[in-house]
Amino acid sequence: MNYKMMGRFIGLIVMVEAVFMIPAGIIGLCYGEYTAMWSFWAAMATCLVVASILLLVCKGAPSAFYAKEGLVCVGLSWIVLSLLGCLPFWFSREIPSYIDAFFETVSGFTTTGASIVPEVEKLSHAILYWRSFSHWLGGMGVLVFLLAFTGGQGKGFTMHLLRAESPGPNVGKLVPKMRTTATILYVLYIALTVANFLFLVFGKMPVFEAVCTAFGTAGTGGFGVKNDSIGSYSPYLQNVTTVFMILFGVNFSCYYLLLLRQFKSVLKDEELRLYFGIILIAIALIVLDIRDLYGTLEETVRHAAFQVGSIITTTGFATVDFDLWPSFSKTILLCLMVVGACAGSTGGGLKVARLLLIFKNLRRNIRQMLNPKKVQVIRNNDTAVDEKVLTNVNAYLAAYFVIIFVIFLIISLDGFSIGTNFSAVLCTFNNIGPGFEAVGPTCNFAAYSALSKFVLSLGMLAGRLEIFPILVLLSRSTWKR
Amino acid sequence: MNIVIAGSGKVGTTLALRLSSEGYDITLIDNNHHVLQEVCEQCDAMGVQGNCASMPVLLQSGVQEADLLIAATHDDEVNLLCCTTAHGINPKLHTIARIRNPEYSQQIHELKHVFALSLAVNPEKQAAKEIERLLRFPGFLRRETFAKGRTAIVELRVDEDSKLRGVSLMQLNSIVKCRVLVCAVLRGGNALIPRGHFVLEEGDRIYVTAPTENLSILLKNLDIVTRRVRKVLLCGGGGVSHYLAESLTQSGISVSLIERNYDRCVQLATMLPDVSVVHGDATDQNLLESQGLSDCDALVTMTGLDELNMIISLYGTTKAVPQVITKLGRVENRSISDELALGSVICPRELCCDDIVRYVRAMEKQSGSAISVHSIADSQVEAIEFAVGEDTLHCNETLKTIKLRSDVLLTSITRGSTSQIPNGDSSFHAGDTIVVVTNGRGKLRQLNDIFA
Repeated sequence: MNYKMMGRFIGLIVMVEAVFMIPAGIIGLCYGEYTAMWSFWAAMATCLVVASILLLVCKGAPSAFYAKEGLVCVGLSWIVLSLLGCLPFWFSREIPSYIDAFFETVSGFTTTGASIVPEVEKLSHAILYWRSFSHWLGGMGVLVFLLAFTGGQGKGFTMHLLRAESPGPNVGKLVPKMRTTATILYVLYIALTVANFLFLVFGKMPVFEAVCTAFGTAGTGGFGVKNDSIGSYSPYLQNVTTVFMILFGVNFSCYYLLLLRQFKSVLKDEELRLYFGIILIAIALIVLDIRDLYGTLEETVRHAAFQVGSIITTTGFATVDFDLWPSFSKTILLCLMVVGACAGSTGGGLKVARLLLIFKNLRRNIRQMLNPKKVQVIRNNDTAVDEKVLTNVNAYLAAYFVIIFVIFLIISLDGFSIGTNFSAVLCTFNNIGPGFEAVGPTCNFAAYSALSKFVLSLGMLAGRLEIFPILVLLSRSTWKR
Repeated sequence: MNIVIAGSGKVGTTLALRLSSEGYDITLIDNNHHVLQEVCEQCDAMGVQGNCASMPVLLQSGVQEADLLIAATHDDEVNLLCCTTAHGINPKLHTIARIRNPEYSQQIHELKHVFALSLAVNPEKQAAKEIERLLRFPGFLRRETFAKGRTAIVELRVDEDSKLRGVSLMQLNSIVKCRVLVCAVLRGGNALIPRGHFVLEEGDRIYVTAPTENLSILLKNLDIVTRRVRKVLLCGGGGVSHYLAESLTQSGISVSLIERNYDRCVQLATMLPDVSVVHGDATDQNLLESQGLSDCDALVTMTGLDELNMIISLYGTTKAVPQVITKLGRVENRSISDELALGSVICPRELCCDDIVRYVRAMEKQSGSAISVHSIADSQVEAIEFAVGEDTLHCNETLKTIKLRSDVLLTSITRGSTSQIPNGDSSFHAGDTIVVVTNGRGKLRQLNDIFA
């Protein structure tokens, strides 16, 4: 394996992280939060030292880079990113325990939004900003950002990186050049985020809160700046957030197609149709189920739509404590946790595209049983789906459930109820945030043991990177010479 | 007229035979010396050996002086290159290319423009169209249309229990209760042009001219049950199958397709999502039954082997499939296949050659020349459509007073939007379209040739 090249790459990533800490440091200065500010400058210094050591040691690395290096590199750089990204929390003593700070940072970068902080409003502005910004950065991917800026040196290695970091069963470029592809993705991402921010400010949300909320929505993260998440904002702000959460759960290539004025292919996109179909059906069912809980129909629909949008896009904001809803509605939300957003969006979960392929494959197998000699090809958006993709999807599904059960087993040592544990696993592994019962929207993960927090952090990383980059790190054949 | 034919495969050879017998100057180009020699022995044509897309070979075959180039090699790409190259040498040249790849068939209009083609023929697509037409009008073995679809010549078979058995042609109109005309009869392998006292016998294949609106009356009064086709079983997954399955599914018919080659199955299943593609041997009777042979409305056999097609079709007939259509690659001797219950027989090569011959005749552009030519009754009889012009002889005279050649029958006159079967008091005027039938000796080049 080409360790030097990987070291160089991780060095670059750490450097980028240090650069991104600058705004947080400045915010600390503006609000007069000197402890927080100094902790950011210290963290930045640490990052720079680590980055320079890595870049110096790995000088003149050969540029050969293959699938294996790509996978390992993505997995490692996300772990390093989280290890260093949690330093400001720890240095400033706002989160005193390192493992808690690590959990919080992983939760940020993986756009989970599961928190161990009991009183969010007590945190300093700089720390709040950094928490929310980590969502934004993690949503589209740090490596994609690096690709957009540096372009791809070396031959063909960039594709491995994009494939490992971007969610979805079948990752492809939008345009021939990787650098242009990454730039287009980021430009779309920034444009949508800015639009979201403007809509929030228009609704009279304070600018700092609007920035953080827009970051949390864009990355489909879910860290709020208030204890009750979005609940205390006006109905307009809640609706804006609902719409933007759902928009950020859409495959970004759809937006690119819209820009190219290919409206027909967007309208006919099977994944998109299914995604909106699921959302509408879920909202309708929940509205029927909770019709007596709230005063007006408008309020019922608003809360149902917000919670459905928040859970299916794996954002994790909340306007009400949905843990108090009837169990039918809770079960629907639990199912949506598994479904997740579209492939190629900033959301997590199993992805609608995978679900579509799994169901098509199932239908094919049933037909095959009735007519064994029938030859069937699975098609998606009028093109044949490669058998390899189907095998991958099946392997992904298997890995998905195996991991869920392993984590479930480990965290059940802590003695919480099965419902709490199961929803904790689902909502961290699918990068959602709040679960049910003891980890519900009004509670947090602080009560779990250090081991559970570490395992859940790994689960979040695995969920964000679509399992394989993390599994590869744990596989023996990766490290064999 | 000088015609260069590139490629002496099935289509090239048939064309060379037919066109040389009509008196055109034919030069044939082919890579294979032996094939070339064989064809040139059968007909009066010159052979040039070589690659038909290469300029020296084209020059050697005389394209610079030729009026028409027909590129009919196996490769679409070679055909296209051949036509463009030849057109570059001689800009006045008309070019006809055979394009078979379904992927090109969608862009055929653009291709014609880009490669300077006068006509692009696709035997498989034509055959598929023909089969689809048969499926739409079940009951006829074959159907040719004239005068923009206003007149048709249909083929029927006189069976043992047919109402037509033992009927003389004079009584015919009272039985079918509409005006139709039997213009040719195929009996024992010989085509006859019958007169009024002719009596139909069992086993005859008759060719009936009728205005299109009378077709359903004809079927009804002959007790031929026509029911809408809902489920079709196709055997063989070649080009014809592809086109046919595509257009049938588009009109909402459920299609099952059996193909032996697995990779081809995958390819077809990819391109035709609504077709049920089955991997297996179509001669396997269990497989046919499991794919619903007994309850399908039509069976079309289109494998690459004529023998297989015939056997599967025979099996289908014994299982009482309402409509059976057989594709045959060679129909030199239809008298054998006529003995068998194969249903309608389709030959892509014949259809394609008819199309090209029609184009060649139309190229002569003399007034009163044929608009279209259809071969019926095993190519022994030709049905020719003419436009009546100002210089046509005997205009506005009643038919009683005109003497036609003895081997020619005037079967239909179309004026405006109405078609009629002519009788002694009918006459034709300039602007009409008429269809005549002739059984061969002495080809008709233009309308005035029909008069004695």
